[in-house]
Amino acid sequence: MSAAAFSVRPPSSRRLAGTGTLVRFALRRDRLMIPVWVGVNALMVLSMPNTLKGLYGTPAERADLVGRMATNPSLRAMVGPVFGDSLGALTTWRAGVYAGALAAVVSLLVVVRHTRDEEESGRQELVASGMVGRRAPLTAALLAAAVANGVLALVVAAGLAGHGAGGAVAFGLGLAGVGMLFATTAAIVAQLTESARLARGLTAAVLGAAFVLRAAGDSATDDGSSPLTWASPLGWLENLRPFAGERWWVLGLFAGAALLQGAVAYALAGRRDLGMSFLPSRPGPAAGRLGGAAALAWRLQRGGVLGWSTGFLLAGLVYGGMADGAAELVGDNEGAREIFQRMGGQTGLTDAFLAAMAGMLGLVAALFVVASVLRLHGEETSGRAEPVLAGAVGRLRWAAGHLAVAFGGSALLMLLAGAGLALGHGERTGALLGACLVQLPAVWVVGGVTVLLHGLVPRAAPAAWGVAGAVLLIGWVGPALDVPQAVLDLSPFGHLPKLPGGEMAWPPVLFLTALAAALVAAGLAGLRRRDLTT
Amino acid sequence: MTKAITVSGLHKSFGRTHALDGLDLSVESGEVHGFLGPNGSGKSTTIRVLLGLLRADSGAAQVLGRDPWTDAVEIHRRVAYVPGDVTLWRNLSGGEVIDLYGRLRGGLDTARRAELIERFELDPTKKGRTYSKGNRQKVALVAAFASDVDLLILDEPTSGLDPLMEEVFQRCVAEERERGRTVLLSSHILSEVEELCDRVSIIRRGRTVESGSLADLRHLTRTSVTAELAGPPDGLAGLPGVHDLDVRGHRVRLQVDTDRLDGVLRALSETGVRSLTSTPPTLEELFLRHYQDDRHDTGGVPDTAADAEVTVR
Repeated sequence: MSAAAFSVRPPSSRRLAGTGTLVRFALRRDRLMIPVWVGVNALMVLSMPNTLKGLYGTPAERADLVGRMATNPSLRAMVGPVFGDSLGALTTWRAGVYAGALAAVVSLLVVVRHTRDEEESGRQELVASGMVGRRAPLTAALLAAAVANGVLALVVAAGLAGHGAGGAVAFGLGLAGVGMLFATTAAIVAQLTESARLARGLTAAVLGAAFVLRAAGDSATDDGSSPLTWASPLGWLENLRPFAGERWWVLGLFAGAALLQGAVAYALAGRRDLGMSFLPSRPGPAAGRLGGAAALAWRLQRGGVLGWSTGFLLAGLVYGGMADGAAELVGDNEGAREIFQRMGGQTGLTDAFLAAMAGMLGLVAALFVVASVLRLHGEETSGRAEPVLAGAVGRLRWAAGHLAVAFGGSALLMLLAGAGLALGHGERTGALLGACLVQLPAVWVVGGVTVLLHGLVPRAAPAAWGVAGAVLLIGWVGPALDVPQAVLDLSPFGHLPKLPGGEMAWPPVLFLTALAAALVAAGLAGLRRRDLTT
Repeated sequence: MTKAITVSGLHKSFGRTHALDGLDLSVESGEVHGFLGPNGSGKSTTIRVLLGLLRADSGAAQVLGRDPWTDAVEIHRRVAYVPGDVTLWRNLSGGEVIDLYGRLRGGLDTARRAELIERFELDPTKKGRTYSKGNRQKVALVAAFASDVDLLILDEPTSGLDPLMEEVFQRCVAEERERGRTVLLSSHILSEVEELCDRVSIIRRGRTVESGSLADLRHLTRTSVTAELAGPPDGLAGLPGVHDLDVRGHRVRLQVDTDRLDGVLRALSETGVRSLTSTPPTLEELFLRHYQDDRHDTGGVPDTAADAEVTVR
């Protein structure tokens, strides 16, 4: 037999062998997750025209809204600029950034779940021992993400077609474009790290950076033309301008970037061993200093706390720095000066902006607290809690370590956010620290609900993500849409005083703190009484 | 205190699955006690109850003279546990995990730790995710044997170990016994149990079916006898306790209940014995007999109710 009988580079069909089976398998595993996320996203977008019609029924009212947006950089930072006063244009303005971000999150979760997660758990090994090409798993993961984004594009385009077919198709494809862009980002990151958790975190950090860049750019200009906006894929989505003279060529940016990133991921995937990464792990110490369950909890979570802390400090700095610029920009405008006078001077507008940013960071801190508390769930279901609890460690001591990180960590995050806002803004350190710290009781209530779920119904503990998601949705989208007060009241964040600028109100703060403590106590009581789920 | 573990009438259900159905167990201080049973018979559930990780529905359990549910922490100070499937934290080194487990118990003997790492040929600087199954198992074993405890609870601890390491493990258990420590060893490797254990308990479908020293249990089982006789055998079939009699000319093969061996030998020597081999029952036969009983009880179909318990782990 000659050496030539062996092909060094197998034909590409071999490298993709088994992709079809893997795609069906991936969609089968995601049969709940993808429809739910796509459904929620589509519902958020498609309910928007009706809501907007109720709020701004006449063209005059809509024109007024567009005029006000031009003079309100802080609101532009949150949702982007408006390009037209039709219901379609307003819908893509109001929902675009968040629907795009949600599509990005779903895409990155799907891709990491079917690539690095599988390798890390060791399941990939058995799958790869079958007739499965080297690039088939990555291809299957990207195709699964493509299916999710394709369905989203179809549903959104069909649902909005009544407002103009061109705009509907452009917006649907734009959302899918953002999704696939982050799917391919996740595909690259999943090649670089050995840990699925880290891969998700890093890709989410890229998404966060995209949001911050777009927010900064949009607060500076009212037509999305800032280079900062163009540096962010979320900025591309608004610059696609659906329902307002679509710029179809922007879709080419999405396609080109996604193809480029996909090619990089493929090149990386073909060059590495199964389970290995391009950022290999180093050996650890031969002897450990971990003194107990609390030290272990801190050791396991310190990386996450560090990452979140950095993000909160940076976000604080950026938003703090934007606050003054936002006010100055408005200062040149005749109409805006009237708004100033109504709101009580420059401090009024700056305060409103800073208060909105503090509130938004509080909502994001709720995600941290859920992730951190759910480490208890992860440790328990993975079997790692069992040998720890078989040591001289009570259930409460074990839980206390993780809860200290979750609740203390969220306090640290808000403290850093406040410090960042103050540094960026350059004055009123005390007031801005207070504005951020006052969010904590609401953050802790979300954490308390998570502890309660883990203690009483451990199997349903991941439902805490649903609670955090609902709170986030109410907090972000609720006020701007004039959702009924009864719904707004469901979120603990709705009861907090609006600082800086507003009056400090102690009763709701104290009540929410007490509620959080009661929820934690009830959850811990449940944890002590129940069987360990293994 | 002479009993390290006493369990009586333990019941535990997971939904409609009865994992434990009145289980009894008694482990003397200072002995190595084998804990045997088919997959899904309730061994791991029992161990989790003994560790206070699960709460029994009814029945009494005492570990080192205390209640495992209410006094879990006090008990765990003096107990080391090795699960059959060790999961480690991916970003902690093996050495860190060994020291952590030691501190979570009564403390760690550092000289013994170093010696064990040497004997088990473990690299303690590797991170959790890079260990093979056998090496993860070694991390937990080193931590258990180096811990300053009175009772070791080992749940199929040698799965994934190579034969050389299996031998190291057996020597370690023997050393533990010499130090006066108590060991509860759940295992499917019957040679290991036969080699190490003073007494064994066999459980089936959540209930104890045999318990005692290996000698006691052998007594209850059959010895196989093969003999070459001077003439045709006579009257063997009528003797009490004789089974599977097979006579070919002067050659006889039979099984006999061990406590009836005497009568058979007398009958054989009456005819005149040219050669005789007698094999005592192995633990394997003992175990297989109970295992097969299990099959017969359910008409040859594996016991699904008991099997389901495995997935509940």
